[in-house]
Parts: sequence; C-alpha cells; structure tokens
Amino acid sequence: MLRALLTVLTLLCLPAAVLAQDLQSLLQEHQAQIAKPSRKKIGPALEALVASGLPQAPEFLEKWQGKELYRRTKDGLFFYAAETDAGMDLTDIDSAVITSGVDAATLKQIKPNGGVRKAISEALVQFQLSSPDLQRRQDAVDALARNLDPAQLGALETSISSETDTALKARKQQLVTYIAARFGDTPGQRIAAINSLASGISVETRAALSQILTTTTLAAQSAPDANIAGTVELPRAEAYALLVDTAGLPAPITSDDIRKSLEENVEGGKVGTVSTVSLNTDTARLVAYDLLVDAGKAPARVTEDAITTALNDWQIYHIYDEPNADITTAAKAAQDTVNTRVNVSQSADLALDAISLASIYFLAAIGLAITFGVMGVINMAHGEFIMMGAYTGYVVQQIIPNYTVSLIVALPLAFIVTFAAGVAMERLVIRWLYNRPLETLLATFGVSIALQQLAKNIFGTQARPLTSPAWLDGALVFNDVIQISYIRIAIFVLAVMFLTLLLFILKRTRLGLETRAVTQNPRMAASMGINPERIKMLTFGLGSGIAGIAGVAIGLYAKVTSEMGSDYIVQSFMTVVVGGVGNIWGTLAGASMIGTLQKGIEWLNPSNTLAAQTYMILFIILFIQFRPKGIVALKGRAAGD
Amino acid sequence: MSTLLEMSGVSVSFDGFKAINNLSFQIAEPEMRAIIGPNGAGKTTFMDIITGKTKPDEGRVIFGEKSISLLGMSESKIAKVGVGRKFQKPTVFEAQTVRENFALALKNPRGPFDVLRHRKTKNGAQRIEELAERVGLIDELPRLSGELSHGQKQWLEIGMLLAQSPRLLLVDEPAAGMTPAEREKTTDILVNAAKTHAVVVVEHDMEFVRRLNCKVTVLNEGSVLAEGTLDHVTQNPEVIDVYLGR
Amino acid sequence: MSQTFITRHPSTLWVLAFLGLFTLLVSVFSEAAGVGLVSTSFVKTLGKTLCLCLIAIAMDVVWGYCGILSLGHFAFFGIGGYAIGMWLMYARTEAIVAQSLSANIIPPTDVEISTAIGNQIFGVVGSSDFPLIWSFAHSLTLQLLMVLLIPGLLALVFGWLAFRSRVTGVYLSILTQAMTLALALYLFQNDSGLRGNNGLSGLQNIPGYEETPQAFISIAFFWASSAALALGYVLFAWVTAGKMGSVIRAIRDDEQRVRFLGYHVESYKLFVFTLTAVVSGIAGALYYPQAGIINPAEVAPIASIYLAVWVAIGGRGKLYGAVIGAVFVSLLSSYFTGGSAPDINLGFYIVKWTDWWLVLLGLSFVAVTLLFPGGIASLFDKLTRKS
Repeated sequence: MLRALLTVLTLLCLPAAVLAQDLQSLLQEHQAQIAKPSRKKIGPALEALVASGLPQAPEFLEKWQGKELYRRTKDGLFFYAAETDAGMDLTDIDSAVITSGVDAATLKQIKPNGGVRKAISEALVQFQLSSPDLQRRQDAVDALARNLDPAQLGALETSISSETDTALKARKQQLVTYIAARFGDTPGQRIAAINSLASGISVETRAALSQILTTTTLAAQSAPDANIAGTVELPRAEAYALLVDTAGLPAPITSDDIRKSLEENVEGGKVGTVSTVSLNTDTARLVAYDLLVDAGKAPARVTEDAITTALNDWQIYHIYDEPNADITTAAKAAQDTVNTRVNVSQSADLALDAISLASIYFLAAIGLAITFGVMGVINMAHGEFIMMGAYTGYVVQQIIPNYTVSLIVALPLAFIVTFAAGVAMERLVIRWLYNRPLETLLATFGVSIALQQLAKNIFGTQARPLTSPAWLDGALVFNDVIQISYIRIAIFVLAVMFLTLLLFILKRTRLGLETRAVTQNPRMAASMGINPERIKMLTFGLGSGIAGIAGVAIGLYAKVTSEMGSDYIVQSFMTVVVGGVGNIWGTLAGASMIGTLQKGIEWLNPSNTLAAQTYMILFIILFIQFRPKGIVALKGRAAGD
Repeated sequence: MSTLLEMSGVSVSFDGFKAINNLSFQIAEPEMRAIIGPNGAGKTTFMDIITGKTKPDEGRVIFGEKSISLLGMSESKIAKVGVGRKFQKPTVFEAQTVRENFALALKNPRGPFDVLRHRKTKNGAQRIEELAERVGLIDELPRLSGELSHGQKQWLEIGMLLAQSPRLLLVDEPAAGMTPAEREKTTDILVNAAKTHAVVVVEHDMEFVRRLNCKVTVLNEGSVLAEGTLDHVTQNPEVIDVYLGR
Repeated sequence: MSQTFITRHPSTLWVLAFLGLFTLLVSVFSEAAGVGLVSTSFVKTLGKTLCLCLIAIAMDVVWGYCGILSLGHFAFFGIGGYAIGMWLMYARTEAIVAQSLSANIIPPTDVEISTAIGNQIFGVVGSSDFPLIWSFAHSLTLQLLMVLLIPGLLALVFGWLAFRSRVTGVYLSILTQAMTLALALYLFQNDSGLRGNNGLSGLQNIPGYEETPQAFISIAFFWASSAALALGYVLFAWVTAGKMGSVIRAIRDDEQRVRFLGYHVESYKLFVFTLTAVVSGIAGALYYPQAGIINPAEVAPIASIYLAVWVAIGGRGKLYGAVIGAVFVSLLSSYFTGGSAPDINLGFYIVKWTDWWLVLLGLSFVAVTLLFPGGIASLFDKLTRKS
C-alpha cells in the first residue's frame, strides 16, 4: 500500500520530473538494481523510470520483463539483444540503432526473477493506463478488470484525470469503485464505495459484492469470535461429515467399511463365529461387525446417539471472510438492493422474451388460423409451407450475396412461392374434401410427408444457414440483464405489421368483407354474387403466403432444415385452438398466452426446456377442457355447432 | 289431463341477439299443440332448449309429475326421461339399414354395457315390424336407409320417434316434401299419438295445421304472440300483421 | 351369439384361417424348424407386423367405426412397450448383477443388489436410484398388469376430460396429438426415470431363457403376436357387430342425433377409446421384445399419424382393411427404405428408393384420400361383388 502511495506521489510530480534525459543515463544511475534486480530493491529504479515519463520506457520495461535486456560487460551499457546466426544483434535503447554480429561472450543477459517481473508489469500498467494509444489503454483496463489488484489503484486514479475517452473514463471510475470497495484503506472508504455499488446491476458489481461477502463454513461449540454471517442447518449426514472434517470427530463407519472389514476377517467361511452365508442383511452384518470390534479387530462404530450428541454440542456457522461487520452489513444491504433490481430486470427481460416468442408463434400460426377459421380446414402441411419459405430465403441468398438485398427480395418471393403452393394445394386437394375435415387433415398430412422428403432430397439433411444482414446482428442492451437481439425485435415488428395488415384486409377491404361473409354463411354469400370458390382459394393462398414469410423470419434466427416445419406445427395448432378459431385477436391471445406460459415455465425450471414444453402441453390440454372454444369464442349459430 | 311440460320466463341470446325472449309455454299429456311463426321466431331454438342442446340464460323448464327440471340435464338424459324429437331435415343413419335404425331408437337400456350385452328378442323384432308396418316401411327393413326416398326417410324418422315411446314428441315440419296422401297419413299418426302422448308440431303449412285440429301457439321474436284455436289466432290482428299478412 | 357376429363379419373366419395358415407356414419354414427358408430376423419382422396389424384394427375401430381420429394411439402402444420393457430390463440386469455379485466373499444385501441394478440401468443418465415408476418392475405379473392398466387409465382420464367437454373432430385429433407429444417430450427427459432418449434396450433377451436361441424366441413371439391378433380381431368383430356396432357407427355419422335418441354418447366414445387403448398397449408389449429396443422417438406424433395412414390406405370401417393396410404399407416401407429395392435409372436422374419412397407414400396417401376413400379393402369388395 505504501509503495502504491509513493507511486502516486511520483506520478503526481511527473511533469516536474520530465527532463531532457535519455533512458540509458537514467538506467546507469540505477545500474546496480537493474543488472541484478531483486524484488526488494527494485522499487526506486522503477519509480524513477515511471517518473521520467520517457517514451522509450514502456518498451524497455517489456524487454526487461521478457529477458531480452543485455548488459555489455566492458562498459556496463544496456542493450536489447536478439540471437541470430552470426552472433547477437544489439539494439541501442535510445536510438534503436542496430549493431550486428556481436560476440555473445561480451554480453550478459539480465534475468529478472518472478517477483521482479511482477513489479515490472505493475509499472508497465501505469504506462499503459496513460498510454496515448486508446487500444492499449483499453487492454490495460480490461486486464485490470479481470484481475482487480489493489496495487493498481493509484495508477488507475491518476490516469482518470487525463483520460479523454468518456466511456473508458467511466469504466476506470467503475474499477476504482470496485477496488475501493474490496481493498479500500479505511472501512469508511470501503463502505462509501460499497454504498455506491448499490446503484449498479452489472455482473461485475454483483461479483464484487459477493466477493466481499464470501464465507467459510465451520463448526464450533460456542459462537466464534468472528464476523458471523449466520448459523446453518444441514442434513444430518452432511452436518456430521462437516464435524468429522473440521472438528476432528471420529468418522462414521459406513456399510461399505463394514463389508470390507468383514471380508478382511473371513476365515474358513466364517467371520469370528458367524457364517458368511448369513451375512446378507445389514442387521446380521452389524452383529458380526460388533463382534469384530469386541475382538479389537475393527474400529468401533459411531453410534447414532453419538452423532446426535455431537450435533447437539456443535453448531455450524457461516463466517464472513471479511472481519469488519460494518462492511459486510453495508455489502449485504447493497447486495439486497442490487438483487431486487436484478429481479425486476429479469422479469422485464422475461417479458421481452415472452413477447418475442409470442411474435414467432403468432407469425407461425396466423396463416393457419386464417385457413382454419375461414374454411374449417386443418392444413397439416402448414409447417412445410414455413419450411418452403425458409428455403426460398436460403436459395435467394445463394444468388444474391448482399444479405440486405437478398432479404428484401426473399420476403415477397417467399410469399409468392408459398401463395402459389397454397393455391395449387387448394385446387388439387382440399377443394374436393370440403365438409370432410378429418380427411383434409390426412390428405394435407400426405402432402406434408411428401414435401418434407422432397426438401430433404433437394437440399440434403444438414441444416442450411439463412444469414441475417449485419444490421440485424447484435442485441439491444438495456443493462446487463435486459437485452434483446435485433432479429427478435424485427420479428416482433413483422408480427405487428401482419396483425395490422390482416386486420385492415379483413375489416376494410372488399376481399375481407367477402371472406367474412363466406365464413359466416357460405350459401347466403354465394347467393349474393360472391364466388366462395374464389374466396376460399385466395384465403388459402394468403394463409400459406404468410407461412412463407414466417419461414424467412424463423429461418433467420433458427437453422433451416427440412424438419423445421414440424417443430412449429403442433405449437401453431395449439395457438389457434387455444386462441379460438376464426379470429385474429384470438390467435394473438393464443400466441401471447402460449409464449408467456412457455417462458414462465422455463423460468421456473430453467435447466429443463423439455419439461417446460411437457407441462405447457399438459396445461393446454387442460385449458381446452374448460374453454373448448378457445379464449376468444364465437357464440351461437355462427360457431357452427 | 295433467301438465307434462312447463316452460316459464325462458330467455336466451346469441351475441346480443335475443332468440328467445321471456317465453312461457305449457303442454298437457295427452295433448296436441301446433306451433307456428315466421322465420326466426325462435321455433327451432325453442326445441333446442327443451331437448338440452341450448342452455337458456334464464327461466325454468319443468317436466313430468315429479316436476324435474330439464335444465342442466344432458341431451341423452332428457331423451331418456321421455322427450323425443324429429328434425326438420330428416336425419337418419344412412349407412345403416332401416331395421338397424329402428333398433337404435327402440326403447331399451341405453348404457354401453347394456348395449354390449344386448340380444335380439322376439318382442323387439315384433315391435319393429309393427312400427314399420305403421309407417309403411315393412318391405324396406333390410335396405340401407340412405337408399330411401326423402319421403320414406321422413317416415322412418317418425317411426323412430314412435319407437322411442316418448311422453313428449317434438315434431319439426313433418309434412315437408310429402304428397297430400302422405300428409293425411302423417296427420293420422300424429293425431293417434296425441291420444296418449303430448305432441308438439312445428309447421308452416296452415292446411296441415288445420287438419290437426288443435290448440295453436304463435311465436314471434322469441315470445308467444297468441294462443288458441287456429281460427282464433288467425283473426288476431297482431298475428296477421307479423305472419299471415306478409 | 357367436353365430350372429360371425355371420355379420364373414371376413372374420377368412382372416382367422389365413392367419392360422400363415403362422403355420412361417413356423415350418423358419430356422427354428431347421429349414431356415425364413430367416430369424424376418420372422421378427413378420411378428412385429402382426403387432402393427393389431394396433391398426384398434385404430380402425376408434376411427373407422366410431369416427374419433385419434392421432395418439401410438402413445398407448409405446406405454405397453415401456411397461414390458421395464420388467425385461430389470429381470435381465438382476440376473447379470446376481452373477457378478456372487463372486463376493460375503453375500450381498438386498440394498446392495438394488443399488447395483440401479447403477447398471440408470448409469447412462447419471443416476442409480430407482424412480417410483419402477416399483413393480421386479414382478412380471404386476408389470403385465401395467401393460393393461396404464394405457387404459390414461385413455380413460384423457378421454373423459376430452369427451366430457365435447371436444370433437379436428380439435380432438389435435388434442390427442398433443397428448402423445407431451408423452414423447416427457420420456426424452433424462430424469423421466425411463433413461431419457436412450430408452430401454436389450429387450430381445428374455430372462430365464438366456440359453434359448433367438430362432426359437422369435417363433414364440411370432405365435404370441399371431394369437393376440386373432383374439383382437375376434374381440373387435364382436364389439362392432350387433347393436354396439350400430350405435358407434351412428355416433360417427351424427353424434348429436344419437344423443337425442337417449344414448350417452360420451360413455360410448370413452368405452371405445379405452378398449382400443388397452389393445394398443398389448400390441406394444408384444412388439418391443421383438424389436429389442424402445425409445421416446417411438411415441412421437408422427408414428400415430402413420397409423392413420395405414388404416386409410387399407380401408376404414372394415377390420380386414386395417390389417391389409398395416401389412401392405409397413412391409413396403421397410422394403423401400431398407435399401434393397433397386434404383430406377431415368438416364438423367437416378431415383433412389430410400429418398423417394416417402414422397411416393405421401402422394399416394393424398390420392387414396381423394380417389379411393374406401382404401384397398374397397377393391376387394368390388371383386367379391362381381364374382
């Protein structure tokens, strides 16, 4: 600490110390310490070097640390040297002039030991922190952040005033706070720093606080004279094991130990007087073992009573490693504040995740909802239309290398391709099966099998990438906890766009009017001059086209495979069914519910997404029992029952 | 003659539209009643409520001597206590023979395990033949009912209704698509049934209603507009206004 | 009684006769009989196909007769397989463990044996404790009971919930699909207690018959499958004949009308759904010892959809149609995807059957639905009517 202060002092008077002096002469002043460096004596030499502010100094320190510094025996001058085929190349420390072919025998290499090298690197950090090169300063700060060292506090603080980069300056101040909180000189300083940490949320802040609050577990018979964090109740076996480890109580004899002891003492098919054949129960083994103990051939068992007594006598404590209770109290309070904020942020982040997942489900399901709602037709090949859209995006990227342009081309193209596929399927298959919904389900499933295998034959089984443009890379970061990737934002925007567009089409256009008429009463609509065939074809095309666009969107953040459709189809059905058929708001409600639910369950059980999906499906099955017509249900005759 | 079915203060609405509005109705056993009314007057919904297909928002529906409430009972339970229904559009099981259709309707235990243990009995066969004779389908018994003509399907459905031996028969437009001779026969069957049962006939055809010669209830906008003999209601100016005048 | 339903289903006698003859022929030419014209692995394939026929007729009853398009019957099949697999695996591991522990100087305690078995079975998922669902695995009788009870109870509870709230048509299909998906996802978890995606393996080794060659075991299972199919066929022919058949077909065609006739439709559906689920469980319990391994992928939704495909192609509403469909499609599938089918060289493109079979199957499925809703069985009917 003293040395650090000294360094600060020297650095403070740095401008005065800048003299028109060359490095070599400075080195000669301290030649003894430099030539034979030792951890104890090196201090003044390094301080002088730092104080000199010479531009060559950092390089010198690096070379010295890297054992590339040599001393010429005859005049005691220092050089950098490197071995070549023809002897050594000497480089002048100040002028960088190179002298080749020097006999190695005339030189003496300077090898600083580990302690010295550490001191050198500390001095080097001071240079780096104030280096004119932003990148070097950045690197130095990063290195410091990885390994907070109280010795660097002075250098860090000094470098702040001269720091020109605002972000880096803030970062340095942050590090100063961390160092002060953990290693500050007086409890007052530390508590002040700790209190200022309470307003943070970053992983580093949380790490700094938890490092202050590290504890050791120990057992004691009376409250130890230390900063006690609290007492602990452990399960019986664990608690006693701790007593064995820390308090030196006898270890319990396990059933394994008993078996081994018995095996070691088998003589002629007997242990003592007991036949081995009868030793196939724990009770029999205990009896035989106790006989061994009586005979002095095995250590006595620790009885359950003994363990109980021991556990009553001893109390297990968590002790703060930090002895000062004021500091730990402050840190604990700061940690609580930070954790509260982290929890709030996590909820916000979870909400964002849920919204994003809901957008994906909405996009995947809305096309299905339209066809299902308007025509009462379940399209099992809907997932394959999603896949088709994603592959369209992939193919476009193979032709147009610019990701932005290819995306702009791919979105409408995917719509056109899947629209055409949807219309073709409606004309060729579905139209013949109206009023036979179960058979439509099966026929479209046949199409789904064929399309999936076809995609496999064309594109192979491995996943194909659909790369997003650079401006969609990265994430919008609110803080260390809340962040959301731009792709997900884009998908959300896309979902909102589709919601508005579809609402507009259905409520404000002729097509929408006719579609609603056909949905509610096809015969009446037909008699009013609406061609239901045409409407159904267009609706089916529209639903399929949206699936294509959803495919591009999904392909951007997940891989494109021939099976990607089947990953979404069941969830899409769920979304439609839960939301209520024949209603865009219903689909929105369904998607929101399923998205939120899935994220919520994942949050409760983060290690197991499979379990989350299982529970979600079970929940949906139950949900449908109580609202068979979904969240937004149509009533009366229009519901079609 | 005692009241078999009593509906009081029943209302039901679909998405804000009041299909049935504070409707009260009663019928005795035996009694024949015709219900008339313009399209959308709530005739079908009225039957749906009695048979349990539609649950009313408010009101009571009480059946039989023990005054059991039909509300909250399932369709099958209501059918079992003695309410039979013939639909406007004949709905017979077209993939099955006429005999099977009759057998399905015949009054027998209805549980799955009863049905699984069911044996054909002489009594049953006799009753089926009797009914088939009555509705003129005795020669069609082995045929698939899908092959029958529209009129024959109507007869089959009437026969199935009788086979159920319900106490209350709800008959929706029995004469639609029938020849005058067939209508007469239908009238006979219904009038005959009304001697021992309660029969509610929904019909558009005034001539047919006249021949039934019974009390008539006029429905309009979900409630009873008028009740009485056909002559009485046809002279009611309101009835003329909403129904006959058009 | 038997007269009535057999006269109503004359096909029953034909199917039984054919099945008997077929079983006899396969047995005579099998390796077990010393002829070897039919290899042991093919006997297993045929035995498995018979099990698939059994679940196919169950599917036909629930869908073709009762109109419930269940996309989840393979879940029951899988549960049956898991239930018998648990005993097979436990008993076999127990024998192995007993063997290895018998070398110990001191005989093992019960706890030591069960820990060792647990280690053997659950080592792959990093556990050694027996989950609760293995409580009966030591007993063949109890586990056989599970083969019947678990599919039955699951179908009963699921069906009661679904039918009670009048979920019908495509909704019900999606719901059954969700059920099997949930089961598959559950089984995929390592802590499901059923070894996650490793599934149960080594099921072809029958405890107590370690010395018996697979040739004989395969024939025994083939007979068992054949007998099960025969019994199942008779059972379903009996159920679908007579008044029960009449009621459930009526439900298929117009369930609301059946309600107005006074039948409690939900009970009938539940009866059919549960009965077919139990039969599916039995089929699965016979299938997987012949397959040797069961894993969660077996109960993935796609399997149940293929089941519907078989029944549709074979011909719905006729029990022998389901048998034809299952035999025809599953054998063709294994022929074409097995790689033994010759490629077709079109000059500019070589059609590899392993790649194109599914495309063909998918399209032919569309064609059958559109053009031959009666399936292959309807062709039979036409032929018999002409002759």
